[in-house]
Amino acid sequence: MGAIQPKVSEPVSDELVLVGRAKAGDVGAFEELVRRYDRNVFRIAQHITQNREDAEDVVQDAFLKAYNNLAQFQGQSKFYTWLVRIAVNEALMKLRRRRPERTISLDEEVKTEDDSVPREVADWSPNPEQQYTQAELREILDRTIHGLPATFRTVFVLRDVEGLSTEETAEALDLSVPAVKSRLLRARLQLRERLNKYFQKRERSNGSQSKPSSGDGNR
Amino acid sequence: MKCSEFLHELTDYLDGVIDANTKAELDEHLAWCHNCYVVCDTTKKTIEIYRDSKLYELPEDLETKLRTAIASRCKSHKKTGPEGSAR
Repeated sequence: MGAIQPKVSEPVSDELVLVGRAKAGDVGAFEELVRRYDRNVFRIAQHITQNREDAEDVVQDAFLKAYNNLAQFQGQSKFYTWLVRIAVNEALMKLRRRRPERTISLDEEVKTEDDSVPREVADWSPNPEQQYTQAELREILDRTIHGLPATFRTVFVLRDVEGLSTEETAEALDLSVPAVKSRLLRARLQLRERLNKYFQKRERSNGSQSKPSSGDGNR
Repeated sequence: MKCSEFLHELTDYLDGVIDANTKAELDEHLAWCHNCYVVCDTTKKTIEIYRDSKLYELPEDLETKLRTAIASRCKSHKKTGPEGSAR
């Protein structure tokens, strides 16, 4: 079986020039950086906060914070990685404010490996996502990832959705590389397990194929 | 190789960042262990489905609104004097 194809990232050769101009007070140059990354920041924020309004706030606050602290960006990492780090922190703060009863830390010790051991091994249809409309699929994916702990969601979205490398993810989240890998494995396996009920091959279609219920059952 | 050992290497295997010897061992395990094959295949699909999905796309009108708000906040910040090097 082949490895997954990595997401091709766009060239960033002129990025340091833009950052330099923005540092010198050129708001237009900063606006170009916003145009480049606002969609990514929004997606990350929405994945973490699971709330549209919070995600909108995070996008604004993260870019403003980045703008105000440009002097501290030394160019040792990519601007995007630095921005993601700011956005993740803003998003986690929103999440903590919304759910004060639960302490949310990316660093929290993740219990045993048991919750990631596959319980149900069922093969999926060849193109399982095509059984659903785009809207239904989005609903399924949204609901499924919603049930994951914030630390797993965050690692998964940075690595697998946004295509950051393991090292960049570790840097953005202030985690070690082994910690990123272990969370990523568990996030991937838990999502897979939760998607089983929607995507598994149905033995015989008898015309009354029932859509799975909305309960997540695995929380 | 045991299934638990295979699972331990699954992330690196899917990311294509393992050495040739380990990959050969994993491939061999996959060739006879149907369960691990299915777990590996469906995990790969999980990643691809999320990556290719349009989940949490930023709608154009909202994007415009956010860009305008950010630009105006940056500009007003500039007028009041940033603490950074921007002047």
